[in-house]
Amino acid sequence: MPKILRPLDVYKHLPGTNCGKCGEINCMAFAAKLIERQVSIEQCPPLFEPQYKAKLEALMETLRPPVKEVKIGVGDRAVTVGGKVCVYRHELTWYYPTAIAIDVHDEMGEDELLKRVKQVESFVFERIGMKLTLDMITLRCVSGNPDKFAKTASLIAANSQLPMILCSFDPNIMEEALIAVGDKKPLIYAANEKNWKDFAKLASKYQCPLTVSAFGDISMLKSLCRSLRKYGLDDLVLDPGTYTVGDSFGETVNMFTMLRRSAIEKEDVDIGYPLLGVPAAVWISPEEDEVSTKMKESYLACSLMVRYADILIMHSLDVWVLLPVLVCRQNVYTDPRVPLAVKAGLYEVKEPTEDSPLFVTGNSALTYFLVRNDVETAGGGWLVCVDTGGISLQSSVAGKRFTADMIYEAMKETGIIDKIRHKSVIIPGYAARLSGELEDMLKDWRVFVGPRESSDIPKFVGSVWKKEMGKA
Amino acid sequence: MAHENEGISSMRGIGVPELLKLLKKVKKLSFEDVEIVAEEFAFELTPIVLQAVSPETQKTLNQVKERVAELASLLGITVPQVAPPPPPVVEKPLELEKVTFEPPVFTYTGEIAEVQIGATGKEGGTRKKTIKIGGEKCPPFYRFEHPTPNRPVVALDVFDLLPPLPKTIKEYYKGVLDDHVAWINKCIEEYGSDLVTVHLVSTDPSIKNTPAPEAAKFIDKILDAVDVPFMVGGSGDPNKDLEVFSEVAQVAKGEKLVLASATIDMDLEKVAKAVSENNLNVIALAFLDINQVKELNSKLMDFGVSKNQLITDPSTGGLGYGLEYTFSMMERMRLAGLMGDPVMQIPISCAATNGWAAREAWMKVDEWGPREYRGPLWEAVTGLLGLFAGADLFMMMHPLAAKILKKTSEILSKHKIKEDLKEIPYENWVTMKI
Repeated sequence: MPKILRPLDVYKHLPGTNCGKCGEINCMAFAAKLIERQVSIEQCPPLFEPQYKAKLEALMETLRPPVKEVKIGVGDRAVTVGGKVCVYRHELTWYYPTAIAIDVHDEMGEDELLKRVKQVESFVFERIGMKLTLDMITLRCVSGNPDKFAKTASLIAANSQLPMILCSFDPNIMEEALIAVGDKKPLIYAANEKNWKDFAKLASKYQCPLTVSAFGDISMLKSLCRSLRKYGLDDLVLDPGTYTVGDSFGETVNMFTMLRRSAIEKEDVDIGYPLLGVPAAVWISPEEDEVSTKMKESYLACSLMVRYADILIMHSLDVWVLLPVLVCRQNVYTDPRVPLAVKAGLYEVKEPTEDSPLFVTGNSALTYFLVRNDVETAGGGWLVCVDTGGISLQSSVAGKRFTADMIYEAMKETGIIDKIRHKSVIIPGYAARLSGELEDMLKDWRVFVGPRESSDIPKFVGSVWKKEMGKA
Repeated sequence: MAHENEGISSMRGIGVPELLKLLKKVKKLSFEDVEIVAEEFAFELTPIVLQAVSPETQKTLNQVKERVAELASLLGITVPQVAPPPPPVVEKPLELEKVTFEPPVFTYTGEIAEVQIGATGKEGGTRKKTIKIGGEKCPPFYRFEHPTPNRPVVALDVFDLLPPLPKTIKEYYKGVLDDHVAWINKCIEEYGSDLVTVHLVSTDPSIKNTPAPEAAKFIDKILDAVDVPFMVGGSGDPNKDLEVFSEVAQVAKGEKLVLASATIDMDLEKVAKAVSENNLNVIALAFLDINQVKELNSKLMDFGVSKNQLITDPSTGGLGYGLEYTFSMMERMRLAGLMGDPVMQIPISCAATNGWAAREAWMKVDEWGPREYRGPLWEAVTGLLGLFAGADLFMMMHPLAAKILKKTSEILSKHKIKEDLKEIPYENWVTMKI
C-alpha cells in the first residue's frame, strides 16, 4: 500500500505563521494542497528564510515520493517526471503523466532536423477538452563526433523550447554538448558500469539530471544508483533496457514491474527514480514491414506506460501511431477519485432546429461523449445532461440520481421546453421506468424510451422517432 | 515530547524550569504534538561548554540547540543565529558499491480459480481440444513471483446474423460470412484465434426474434461441424437470453461451452441451474460497478455455479472511452481475489471489441492516418490494457488485433525466455541509422 500523507504530517514542517503569502487561508490548507501536488513548496517564501532551513529539509524529506520527481528542461515546457506514490492507480492517483520524447540524430540535414523538431513541438490533438501534446526531443549521437553533436544540440536549443534528452555513452561527446546546452537542463543519457564516474562529474558540474543504465541487470542498476547517490546526485532516471526482440519483452515488463514495486512497496530508495522506456528500440530489428514495426512501437509504448514508464522515447511521428499512446495517457493519468463529468445543461449537436430530436442523459463525461457522438451520427439534435454527479447513467438510475423530477427540472431550467415544436423527448433505455412519471409531469408531451445502447440512437431516430413524429 | 533516558512520553502542562532541567541530561529529543504557552523564553548554551565536551556530546548539544531553535520559532521568539557549519565534504566514491537487487516477492492468501472451456469425449463432451484459463497466484505477469499458469486466450467473434461491422473487419471474412462453419475455421486456422464466440444476434426481439429452440438447433449444428470449444453469446435482452441459454444448455450438455452473459437483471437462479446441471460455464457481466460485480458473482455462486465455471466481466470501456475505469476495476478485482475475496477469485473476461466505440478507431479522418491501421491498433491496445490489468479471456473482432494480443500474451506468459539479454544489442538504439 502507498504511504498516504495526512495534512498534519506536512503542517508540522511549515512555518505555521499563517502569513497567507502562498494564497491559502492558512498553513494547514497549504499543507493539504502540497500533498495533492496542487501547489509546490516554492509558493511558501518564508520557508526559504535561514531560520526555517531545518524545517525545509524535513519538509522535503516528508514530501519526497518513493519515486522521486525529476525536472527536465527549463521554462514553460520543462517537464517533471516520476513523483509516483502508488503502484496501482486506484490506490490514489498517478501523478506526472508519462513524458513522450521523439528522437532526432546528429547526422540529419539541418532542414530535416528543424522540420521534425517543429513538428514535435507543435503537435497537438484536442480531445475531450484537453490538448494532447508531445513533450521532449531526444538527440542521439550517431556521428561519434563531439562537435557535430554539440552543434546539433545548440541548433535544437535555439529553435525549440522543448526539453532535450542527450544520448551518448562517451563522456567527451556528452561534455561538448553540455558546454553548449547544459543551461537548458537536458536529461543526460546515460551513465553505465564503465563510464559512471565521468558521467557523475558531468551531471554534477552542469547540474543536469542523469539517466542510469544497466541493461538487463537490475543489481548493477541498483549498484550504480547507490554509488551515484553517494556522489551526491539525486536527479536520476533509470533505464533497465527496453528489450523488444522475440520473447524478451516479457523480461522488460518483469524488470519494470520489479523496480516500481520495490521503489514504492519496499521503499528501496536506491532505485526510487523515474523509469525510462524506449519503444523506439523496435527499430533495431524491425518487423517484416514498416507498418507492423510502427504498430509494435505504438502498442509497446502503451504497454510500458501502464507498466510504470515515466518517460517514453519514440521514433514514429505518424498521428495514427501516437494517437493510441496519447489517449492511453489521457485515460490512465486521470484521477480515479474524481468521476469525469461535463457541465450539466443543454448541448446543441450539429445546429439543431425546433424540429430536431431531444435527448436527455446524465453528465458523466463518458456518457456525454458517447451519446453526443451517436446523436451526431443520427443527424444532430438537442442533448440535455442532467447532473448525476458524473456517475454513469446506469448507476444513476439505480441510485436515484437520475429521476423524472430531475429530468423535468433540467428541461425547464435549460428552456428547451419552449425551443422545440414537436413536444417529444427521448430518454435512455436504462431509464425506461421513468417514462410514465415524466409524461405526467410534461402533460401534452410524448416521452420516448430510447435504446439502452447509445450506439443504437441513429437506428432509433430513423426507424422509430421519425416514423412516429411523421404520423403526428 | 519524548525523553530517551526516562521514557517520558507526555509532558502536557510542563513549566519552563522543568523543561530546562530535563534538557540538561537529554541525549535525544523529539517533539510530537507540542503546544507551549509562554510569554518569554530564553535559553543559553555557552560556547566554552561546547568546546570542552566530547564530539559525541557536542553532537547531542547541537541537536538540543536545533530543538531549542525549533521551540523558539514555535513561540515566535527570535534566537540569535549562529553561523551554520560549512557543508560536509562529500567523499566521492571511487569504486562501485556492489549491491544485489532482491526481487520484491510478496505472499498472497488467495488464488484465482481455473476454468476449463470445452470438454473432450472422455470428459463428457465432444471437443478435440480444451482450453484452461485463470489459476493465477500473483498479479498479472509478476514473473519474479510466479509464472503465468495459463496463457490468457483470444476469442474472435462470429455472428449468426451479421450486424453492421466496420468495412476493414468484413474484408478479412470475405467469402465466409454466409458459412458459419467456414467462418469459425478461418478464425481458428488462419487467424490463430484460441476459440470463438458465436453470437446469436438474430434472437434479439427487436431484430429477428429467432425463437430459442431454433437458436439451439443452430448451436447443435455447429457443435457437430466443429471440434473446437466455443462460447455462445446472446442478444443482450435479459429475458430472451435466459430462454435461449436454457435451450442451448440442453443441446450443449457436458460440452463446457461458455454462455455469454448473465446479467444482474436476469433470473439468476435459472441461469445458474442451466449452467451447473449441464456442466457449462458462464460469464457474469456487470456494468462498470465493482459492487455489482460482487453481487452478481456471489448470487451465481450461491445458486450453485462453482468457481470453476464462472468468468467475470466488469465491462470494457474502449481506449479513450472509459478504459481507465475498466483497467482499475480489473486490477482491484484481481488484487482482491489474491487477498482472499472468494467472489473475486474468478478469471476475468475483457471485450476488447469495445475499442471500436471510439471514433478514432473507425472514422475516416485523413489527418489521423489510415483507419485500416487505427482500428486494429485501437482494439489491440484496449485488449492489452486489460491483459496488464488481469484479464484472462478476450473477445475480439479484428484478426490483426487478435494476433497482436495473442502474441503479447504468449510472450508475457513464457516461464523463461529463449533469448540471452546480453546478446541483444539494445544500446544500439542510440546510434542506429534510421
